[in-house]
Parts: sequence; C-alpha cells; structure tokens
Amino acid sequence: MAVEEAIRLEDVHVRFGPYPALEAVNLTVPAGAFVAVIGPNGAGKSTLLKVLLGLIRPTRGRVRLFGRPLERVPPSWIGYVPQFKTLDRSFPALAIELVVSGLRRRWPGRLLPGERAAAREALARVRGEGLSEKSLARLSGGELQRVYLARALIRRPRLLLLDEPATGMDVLGEADMYRLLEAYRDETGATILMITHDWEAAYHHATRVLVLNRRVIGFGPPERALTDECLRRAFGHVGHEHTLAFHPERRDA
Amino acid sequence: MLEALALPFMQRALLAGVLVGAMASYLGVFVVQRRMSFLGSGLGHAALGGVALGLFLGYPPLYVAIPFTVAVALLIAWVRERTELGGDTAVGIFFSLSVAIGIVLLSLKTEYAADAFTYLFGSILAVGPADLWAVAGVALLTLASVPLWGRWAYATFDRDLARADRLPVLADDYLLAALVAAVVVSAVKVVGILLVAAFLVLPPASARLLARTFAGTTVLAIGLGVAGAVAGLFLAYLFDVPSGATVILVESGLFLAALLFSPKT
Ligand SMILES: Nc1ncnc2c1ncn2[C@@H]1O[C@H](COP(=O)(O)OP(=O)(O)OP(=O)(O)O)[C@@H](O)[C@H]1O
Ligand SMILES: [Mg+2]
Repeated sequence: MAVEEAIRLEDVHVRFGPYPALEAVNLTVPAGAFVAVIGPNGAGKSTLLKVLLGLIRPTRGRVRLFGRPLERVPPSWIGYVPQFKTLDRSFPALAIELVVSGLRRRWPGRLLPGERAAAREALARVRGEGLSEKSLARLSGGELQRVYLARALIRRPRLLLLDEPATGMDVLGEADMYRLLEAYRDETGATILMITHDWEAAYHHATRVLVLNRRVIGFGPPERALTDECLRRAFGHVGHEHTLAFHPERRDA
Repeated sequence: MLEALALPFMQRALLAGVLVGAMASYLGVFVVQRRMSFLGSGLGHAALGGVALGLFLGYPPLYVAIPFTVAVALLIAWVRERTELGGDTAVGIFFSLSVAIGIVLLSLKTEYAADAFTYLFGSILAVGPADLWAVAGVALLTLASVPLWGRWAYATFDRDLARADRLPVLADDYLLAALVAAVVVSAVKVVGILLVAAFLVLPPASARLLARTFAGTTVLAIGLGVAGAVAGLFLAYLFDVPSGATVILVESGLFLAALLFSPKT
C-alpha cells in the first residue's frame, strides 16, 4: 500500500426508520485527496459526513479512517464545518471562543495567551482578523462560515470535513477559501472532503469528485465523474445550459 | 439588622441561602440556555412528592426528597431520550404524578399541614441542622462537577460538535438533570416549592442580559443568585414574611435592573 487510505467505507447503509439515506456505499479515499461531494438535496451527503464523524452509526457496513475504526481515531485529527449552523444565537459567545473550542474540545472559560494567539492566527488565515472579539450572534452568514472554518483549521486536522462551506460567502471570499484549502492541503498533506452544490468549483478545485444519490453514482477525477451520464443518474436530468459552462468535453464547443 | 446574624436559625438560613443561591444559579445557566426552565418548575413540584413521602415515613424530608426527585429527573431525561414525546410532556406527566402522590400522603395526616406550608413558601425558621448538612452535601457534589463546565457548555452550544469530539453528551445530560434535581430540592426550605423554578432561572436570565460570554454569564449569575438569597433572607426576617417571596422579589428587581442596563436594548 503505497498511499495511505484516509477514508474507507465498506458496504455502508444508513436507514432512518424505513427510509434509506445511504445504500451500499463503498468508497476509498487516498490521503491527500481533495474530494468534492455533489448530489441533489436529500442525497445523503450530510449523512455521509456524519457517519465519518461518528455522529450517525451505519445500520450496516464498516467505516475506517486512516486504517483505524472510528473510536480509535483521535478527534483532533478531524476538522468539521457543519452545514446548517444550528447555532443558537442566544448563546453568549465571542467568535474567538468558538475558534478556541476547536483547539480545546471544550467550551473555553478563560483563554490562555497561547490559545488566543493561535485563534487569531487561524482567523487571519480565513480573512477574519477583525472578527475575534465580535459576538457570534452579530456575525453575518459569510463571517460565521469563516469563523467555523478557522475553528476546524486551528487543530490542524488530517481530515477536513466541510458541509457546504461556501454558503453565504461572497465570490471573492469563496475564491480565497479554495486557495486557502488548497494551500493547507499542500502544506500538511491533509485530506479534504467538501460537500458542494457548485459543480464548477468541484471541477476546478477537487482532485476527485463523488457523485452521490443514496448510492455512489460516480467517483473519480472530475472529468470522469462529472459526465452527463453520472449527473443525469444523480439528478434525474442535466440542465445543459448549466453544464456547458464547465463541462470538460464541451468546454471548447 | 446585624443582631439577626447572632441568631442560630438565621445563621443556618443564610449559610443555606448562600450555598443554594450559588448552586441554583450555576446550574440555572445551563437550564436557561438549554431551554429547560420548565424542568426546574417540574422538579420543584416533584419535590413535594418526595417531601410528603419523607414526612409520611418519619425521616428528615430532604433526605427522602433528594433521591426521590433525582429519580424523577432521571426518568424524565430517559423518557425524553427514548420517545418522541419531548421534554415538556415528560416533565408534565411526572410532576403531576409526584404532586398527586404528595397530596395523598399529606392528607392522610393533618398535622403535616404546617410543615407543608414552609415547604411551599420557604421560611428562615425552617432550615434545621440536618437540612444544612443535606445542603452542604449537595454543594460538595456541585463543586465536584465544576471541572465539567467546559464540557457541558460545549454540548449546550452545539450537541453535534461536542459529540463529534467524543464528549459523553448523553451521560452528561443525565448528570446535569440529576444535579439540578438535587439542588432544587435542597433549595426548597429557603425559597419554597412554588418559587424554586424562578430561583433557578432569574439570576442566569439577568446575567445573560449583561454578559457577552458564557463564562461571564456563569460568574455573574452566581453573584446575583447569592446576593438575591442573602438580601431576600434579611427582608424575610425584617418583615416576618416567607423567605421564598422576598428572595424572588429581590431577584426580580435585579432582573428589571438588568433589563434597563442591558447593552442590547
Ligand atoms: N436525523 C434524521 N432523521 C431522519 N431522517 C433524516 C435524518 N437526517 C437526515 N435524514 C433524511 O436523510 C436523507 C438525507 O439527508 P442529508 O441531510 O444527508 O441530505 P443532503 O444530501 O445533505 O441534502 P442537502 O443538499 O439538502 O443538504 C433526507 O431524506 C433526510 O430527510
Ligand atoms: Mg446536507
């Protein structure tokens, strides 16, 4: 085994009552890959991430990260940016406290000088240097995304799990974010799994694309996974005016 | 007023007041933020069942009421976790059941009536040495839980983030519920069953209006809880009225002041 496996799913099924959310998912992701996960709403994308986090136990199948069963993976190896900020806006907190919680894995009371410095640096990396002393309740959607990203990065994870991290970010912010993620991956060899609805971003930034709709419809390099055939099977139809913009085979058409 | 400090019953009441004021406000911060205020009210009423059982069996009531109410709290947490009923329904069911048990037991013997009155409204005369020991025991347990503050706060902020970091979120729910129950019961001699829920909720609510962080809210709530209890007990002594009412009046006044001075309004 030349390249380490970051993620290995074998025959993973997840059911919510009678409803299957994931069926027979087999997936192997080599360490250092940048995987974009695409699929329609309700396809089980977030569910897949939660399975990797240990938040949802599969009804069947086996999950391994870095060759280990989940309970033997140190939590600090995984950085997570959740999809819907189920953020309780009434919770009194400063942005810097949320970032430090990523380091401490507890809610911080008094911040240590080292934690404060690390949090400021993480916020600066996501272009959120002005945010540290702001109340979470007062942040805009895009600012909140940055703070959550800083929270995930501060522990320097080997695996980054991002659930639609670009939601709410402006165009420049989005470009910055991809640059940042690519730089982090180059620097640390970390594996990134990012859910997105932006096929274009998936095409340009990911090394692999996973097309998911309850089952794995396609998985491979962007130009092989993002084919009309795969997208049609995942989404039911392909809006051609959308795909033309980025589709590899039609790029020069 | 200072001569009151020389009276043994007043010393006991003040000591108990400081301890339960600090504990109730400390745990109340989690109760308020987790939107479990109704649990506090329910457990206060459940304590009535426990107190009545203690009186009926002839044991010091708190020593029966504390385990009884802790058991009710654990049952509520269990029903909430296992069914789709929701916490408020579980609370409603078990607290009515406990009150019903309490009423039946109390009406079996009429001489309980006077005792029952002090439990309902609180009294500075009511805190006996045995009660003080019970309060001190619960205070030790609460103090022992303080290192868990960061864990509980994290899970209060976002359960999934805490679970993803492998914190024992579910076990902590039970622990918190049990401790809230113990603290609620240990506070009934001072504030009474009827008002104990407000005792749990008012200082954290005031603190929340003034503080910008969860740690700040916690510290401020404890300060307000202690101040409210001490001031309320002195007022109860001065005017010879039930201490539960004076404590809650003081705390309500502090809450109104916090509303006025809140930076967000
Ligand atoms: N805790 C849950 N209980 C019951 N059903 C659930 C639960 N979580 C998800 N589901 C269901 O599982 C399916 C997959 O949900 P999931 O959130 O994984 O979709 P998704 O691909 O992330 O969609 P979106 O693009 O809208 O975020 C949906 O039908 C959803 O209703
Ligand atoms: Mg989703």
